[in-house]
Amino acid sequence: MEQANTVVEMRNITKRFPGIVANDSVNFKLRKGEIHALLGENGAGKSTMMNVLFGLYQPEEGEIFVNGQQVVIDGPNKAIKLGIGMVHQHFKLVHPFTVTENIILGSEPKKWLGLAVDKKMAYEKVGNLSHQYGLNVDPYAKIDEISVGMQQRVEILKTLYRGADILIFDEPTAVLTPQEISELLVIMRNLVNQGKSIILITHKLKEIMAIADSVTIVRRGKVIDSLPVAGTSPNQLAEKMVGREVSLKLDKKDAVLGEPILEVDNLVVKGRQGLNALNGTNFTLRRGEILGIAGVEGNGQSELIEALTGLRPVADGSIKISGEEIAGKKPRQISEAGISLIPEDRHKHGLVLDFPVRENMVLETYYQPQFNKKGFLDFNEIATHAERLVKDFDVRTPSIMTDARALSGGNQQKAIIAREVDKNPDVLIAAQPTRGLDVGAIEFIHKRLVEQRNMGKAVLLVSYELEEILQLSDRIAVIYEGRIVGEVKPSETNDQELGLMMTDYKRPQGGPESE
Amino acid sequence: MNKLIRAFTKDSALVPLVAIVLGLIVGAIIMLIGGYDPILAYRSLLETVFGNRYDFGETLTAITPILFTGLSVAFAFRTGLFNIGAEGQYIMGMTGATIIGVTVHLPWYIHAPLAVVVGAICGGIWGMIAGYLKAARGVNEVITTIMLNWIALHLANYLVNRFLLEPGKGRSYMVDDSASATIGWLSRFMDDARMHWGMFFALLCVIFFYAFLWRTKQGFELRVVGSNADAAAYAGINVNSGVVKAMFISGALAGLAGVFQVLGVFHNQVIAASHTGHGFDGIAVALLGGNTPLGVLLGAILFGTLSYGAAGMSFGADVPPEIIRIVIGSVIFFVAAPGIIRWLLKRVSGKKRKEEAI
Repeated sequence: MEQANTVVEMRNITKRFPGIVANDSVNFKLRKGEIHALLGENGAGKSTMMNVLFGLYQPEEGEIFVNGQQVVIDGPNKAIKLGIGMVHQHFKLVHPFTVTENIILGSEPKKWLGLAVDKKMAYEKVGNLSHQYGLNVDPYAKIDEISVGMQQRVEILKTLYRGADILIFDEPTAVLTPQEISELLVIMRNLVNQGKSIILITHKLKEIMAIADSVTIVRRGKVIDSLPVAGTSPNQLAEKMVGREVSLKLDKKDAVLGEPILEVDNLVVKGRQGLNALNGTNFTLRRGEILGIAGVEGNGQSELIEALTGLRPVADGSIKISGEEIAGKKPRQISEAGISLIPEDRHKHGLVLDFPVRENMVLETYYQPQFNKKGFLDFNEIATHAERLVKDFDVRTPSIMTDARALSGGNQQKAIIAREVDKNPDVLIAAQPTRGLDVGAIEFIHKRLVEQRNMGKAVLLVSYELEEILQLSDRIAVIYEGRIVGEVKPSETNDQELGLMMTDYKRPQGGPESE
Repeated sequence: MNKLIRAFTKDSALVPLVAIVLGLIVGAIIMLIGGYDPILAYRSLLETVFGNRYDFGETLTAITPILFTGLSVAFAFRTGLFNIGAEGQYIMGMTGATIIGVTVHLPWYIHAPLAVVVGAICGGIWGMIAGYLKAARGVNEVITTIMLNWIALHLANYLVNRFLLEPGKGRSYMVDDSASATIGWLSRFMDDARMHWGMFFALLCVIFFYAFLWRTKQGFELRVVGSNADAAAYAGINVNSGVVKAMFISGALAGLAGVFQVLGVFHNQVIAASHTGHGFDGIAVALLGGNTPLGVLLGAILFGTLSYGAAGMSFGADVPPEIIRIVIGSVIFFVAAPGIIRWLLKRVSGKKRKEEAI
């Protein structure tokens, strides 16, 4: 009976890469019409499992059954033919093309003996599909003109257009706003109601509790457990995923506020297109507090960080650290004045991936007398320093000579935090500090940020994840179109209210200086 | 045996080695198609290079300029820049050295060093122009350096023609003996091959290349800029000044190639109809050497040997010397397409592993 309902079964799949066993004899079963979450930390092997299913990797051992038939999936084309579709985390879209053109790319409906693309039919078909599953996508819109959430729906449509009955979603909510996330969850429900089956790759427990029917937990290449979501709890899942007890709630004493340390007054900064990205931003940061900047991506957060660290010229207004004006100063002067930054994009801005950990640890301090002896770098000293940071911050790396590229995301982030915190800054700016990290690493990083605050430092947390903002901040400032449109206490708000403020539907009474 | 293979593959030193072998094989195949004897050809190539003192010395002289230009291109590459302009910087180096060598008259211990320094600075400035345009105006250095190559060629011709020309000859006056970089006793020992100090300077530059980039603070900055300019900016490193500095050093290295061609080999500067190609060969040498100092040294030795030996090949086996350009071209092709070689190696070692299992 149960066998008849199983649409995908992976039996004893083993996939090895040089030096590691990514999947160690794993089993996985997807039933028709269910949303099955695949839960695991980064590098646990869940993506490998799905890449095997999608034909991107060939397993060394094991069998795959689709609808009861044993199959060999030797490439994505075969997977698509079997009705398996994948919605990738990083969208694969041609930006100047329309939605429909993107969807039909590679399997265009033809006319005139295959010489021309039947565009009319294509637009019609895409429009119908979008309507049928409640996706609400305009088939004629260009990808450039639609939001990230819409782009994701185009990816979903792509799989549906190719006749997928089994959809794999790879970390689908990583790039979405809270509102978009709840819409996506509705869409996923819609899809299973119409007979599709969904595999959801994620490490977010909240999503699993909200939407999934069953969950399979992967840890270090092995399937730890597979169980229905009803009758389990986030804590139980987290424990299975990490292999030890984790506290999802952060232990945090009340903030002991010190004197104001960072004062941003009427800051105006131009963005990339020459328009004002920051339009008179005001806020004050005190010692001993974590100020969370909440907002939808693209409302001036990146420009704010760049202006604070000297990477973007300040058009007007002032930035003072302990009363000293730093607007217009060079990044290095600002760094020496006591600002440290954990950048938003650790690969692009935080690390030189092709350099060893050792060099990355002194990226901002190499010129100081401790390491720089008359123009020559003292690599013994640098190595000692790096060894100490690696140890203190538990950066898991084979050695300090390993290239930063080879480290897992969590350990790369730990390396950056080690470097920045070690500079002993007065103000620590943390931009998206836990983006793409798993529960264990998030816990570690959150603890470190709170520790800095407890030591009397000021922490400016810029994050697009409301949960993180709500959990960590002592005070939340909402940024919208380059202005702080409201300040709230985390204890007096919730993510719905914040979500509305972030899209400027609602402003609280008072305004920025309401305290 | 497997361990050995792995050690080599790890170092990725195997790729260029295999590329060289494959390049020679391609050359051999083409010779066979053309009806020549490849074994005889390669043997006469080696005999030319190592056969007598004169030719061996001249081979070293042929290696020197492309070692400089190879270092120049590799240096720029390490700092994230693609310097196609080694040719132009080479010409400016020549011009600077010629001007000093011909127009001023000084004791040798000042004259020669001055000519070397001025030539190097001329090359450096020529590189710096492209660096400045990139830093200040965002102009891609590939385009500017190509244009600067032509500007250098014609500017140098103009300067020689207008100010330095020896009447009745298509070249400048000879540089003073006091500016010469020739090593007399070594030249005599090598049966009058044109031996000069440039060779030793080039070796010093190999060491400088390593020590500067991997040991000094400034070299560290340049490497960070080259590997990730965004991260460099975030770390407070001035990316623009790094670009200018790197192009100056790169240009100076290429300039030194020209300097020693004038002071050590020709002792004059001709009015050139076209580029010498030393600068462009530098790109190939850098590529072959994987932009590492030691690799560039080996790459230059290979190129110099093949180019110089090509003449003997046509003499001994009647093979047109152009064949050796095909060999060089194929070597570069295989180096630039390491995927082919990795695939080949995998097949070879994979087969072995299976045999062992049986």
